[in-house]
Amino acid sequence: MAVTEAPKIITGRIGHADSHTLERYLATGGYDGLRKALAMTPEAVVHEIDTASLLGRGGAGFPAGRKWAMLRKSPVTYLVVNGDESEPATFKDHLLVERDPHQLIEGVLIAAYATQVSQVFIYLRGEFALGLERVQAALNDAYSLGAVGSDIFGSGFSVDVVVHPGAGAYICGEETALLESLEGKRGFPRIKPPFFPAAIGLYGEPTVVNNVETMSNLPWIVLNGGSAFAALGEGRSTGTRLFALAGHVNKPGVFEIEMVKTTFRDLIHAPVLGGGIPHGRELKAFIPGGVSAPWFGPDEIDLPLGQDEVADAGSMLGSGSVVVMDDHTCAVRASWRITRFFARESCGQCTPCREGSGWLEKIMERIETGNGREDDLDLLLDACDNIAPGLTWPPQQTTICVLGPSIPSSIGSAIQMFRDEFLVHIKEGGCPYG
Amino acid sequence: MSSTAHPTPVDRSRSKGGPTPSLTHLKGATATRARELIALYPEPRSALIPLCHLAQEQEGWLSPEIMVDIATLLDLTPAEVLGTASFYDMLHTEPVGSHLVSVCTNIACLLNGAMELLEHAESTLGVNAGGTTADGALTLEEAECLAGCDGAPCVQVNHRYVGAQTAESFDQLIADLRSGARAAEIPTHGTLNRVARTTGLQADRDQVANERSAMAEAQGQRAAAAKDTAADKAGA
Ligand SMILES: Cc1cc2nc3c(=O)[nH]c(=O)nc-3n(C[C@H](O)[C@H](O)[C@H](O)COP(=O)(O)O)c2cc1C
Ligand code: SF4
Ligand code: FES
Repeated sequence: MAVTEAPKIITGRIGHADSHTLERYLATGGYDGLRKALAMTPEAVVHEIDTASLLGRGGAGFPAGRKWAMLRKSPVTYLVVNGDESEPATFKDHLLVERDPHQLIEGVLIAAYATQVSQVFIYLRGEFALGLERVQAALNDAYSLGAVGSDIFGSGFSVDVVVHPGAGAYICGEETALLESLEGKRGFPRIKPPFFPAAIGLYGEPTVVNNVETMSNLPWIVLNGGSAFAALGEGRSTGTRLFALAGHVNKPGVFEIEMVKTTFRDLIHAPVLGGGIPHGRELKAFIPGGVSAPWFGPDEIDLPLGQDEVADAGSMLGSGSVVVMDDHTCAVRASWRITRFFARESCGQCTPCREGSGWLEKIMERIETGNGREDDLDLLLDACDNIAPGLTWPPQQTTICVLGPSIPSSIGSAIQMFRDEFLVHIKEGGCPYG
Repeated sequence: MSSTAHPTPVDRSRSKGGPTPSLTHLKGATATRARELIALYPEPRSALIPLCHLAQEQEGWLSPEIMVDIATLLDLTPAEVLGTASFYDMLHTEPVGSHLVSVCTNIACLLNGAMELLEHAESTLGVNAGGTTADGALTLEEAECLAGCDGAPCVQVNHRYVGAQTAESFDQLIADLRSGARAAEIPTHGTLNRVARTTGLQADRDQVANERSAMAEAQGQRAAAAKDTAADKAGA
């Protein structure tokens, strides 16, 4: 395994300082994919995406083409793009939104045509102040170009795109909470079934929700063909994917990598990627797919970056963020901070999530600050078990959305891998790492 | 029982083409932009969060009076506006400084010294996280992940990224904010979007409906033709 020579499908333009402008976009093949799509039938476009076997990049990894093919049995009213990106240590959509907004818009227009939707909303997290400006400016340019609005490029197809700002709430990344937020309400996830967006979505109409990165892949796939995309990667994980690498690495950043052909070791250590762990330290643990995912240790470092490969090993590729912790990291402190995040961001609708996260945070905090009690470890595991019975992976669903059952992931991993550290905190009232 | 036990039902008549409601606090240009924003959505209430951002751009925060204006524009009750606004971290129902300094302490930043940076910020500014300096200029907040984890510890000022900070660079940043040295790059609190949409909705809803029914018909014909071809093949 190694770093492969796969083409840069969605980051090819980003090396240019003016990658966000229409001039650069048009000079590098911009809007050719849309023109090509408009000359095809919508079914043919869906078929191309289906052939590519493009898995959704928002976290759940459902194939985009299949989602649309199912949807097209009944007319879809709205397309909503999920740019809420708030999963801790995930920052790939940030790059796409700020550095290549036209690619996102072109992808969105292709998706709108394929699903025959005439009203699109791009929901961006409010903290992306510059991203919101870049996407709006790009949209204004796209309108002038005739790519958005009435009768785009003379095709007879009309579509409007509205950029919508969020206002700071992690839960609004969950698709039904996002729709509630877009309706001007609190971001409360809806109970599914019956409220799958495909059946009852925005304003009660059938709605398709896709992630920013999922959309950004579409221009390349339409131009180069679904089979060219499917030829990259392996098995169900086709094409390239963005991985956001952060924590204890020499070169944190977003890397576009061919799926399955590359391993976590390559990502963390290859000189052209993460460049290794600073100060000559060793790897202690890493989180393979956002803070909702169970942790991995040095033994799992040779796993390939593939959806099924990581799932089979007991975690998930999730949102494509990899957090590296070196051997000077306190596992108690790291899992305490993650737990506090969930306690703050739980929307509060479900008792196991709201109360469970609060209790876990309290117990974790007293252990972290040296006030832990003898039976705290059992208490922690018991509280975890109440949120996600059996502590299985994937967790059992006890709540309206999957935020709740994800809460125990970090604590469960930390206790399983570094039980001694918890015991030292509790028995000696201090941290071995100072 | 007195009649006050039965609150007057909300008057939703305005949405059915009543007179233009009058606003008391949203000013001219902002009010115009508010109405343009509302026109972008199939349902006015969807403009609630954008309007809250717009109001913060004018006032710095969501005062009770300005929430009444938003309610008027959207044909909601002020309580409905507050009910939504209070859910979101970026919507402030209490005054904040003209510069909101957000320090992320989530996992990637934690591993790179964010807690220490936050402590430094609290002691140099003389406030706890969540507080505003005595002169009302700066508000410090501890943030969850800001999706800028490659520049850890990540700091935003008024939601503009200012890159990874050390204690020294943080002090310089604060000095620059106080002197106005970075005003071009970091507008005052609330200004979420300096690029406005240049057009209203262009695809007329009736026109779109017509196009879509024509397309649905064409799709039906293509599906039928595909079925015939398949049947021919099966027969051959
Ligand atoms: C708690 C929670 C947070 C989520 N956050 C995001 C997010 O920030 N961005 C995103 O695209 N999807 C997020 N998702 C997944 C979405 O619900 C949805 O599956 C996704 O947007 C579908 O797009 P895709 O099929 O293109 O991946 C989140 C899900 C949950 C349960
Ligand atoms: S699981 Fe948590 S975040 Fe999800 S709906 Fe329930 S309370 Fe809200
Ligand atoms: S963890 Fe701090 S910006 Fe992501």
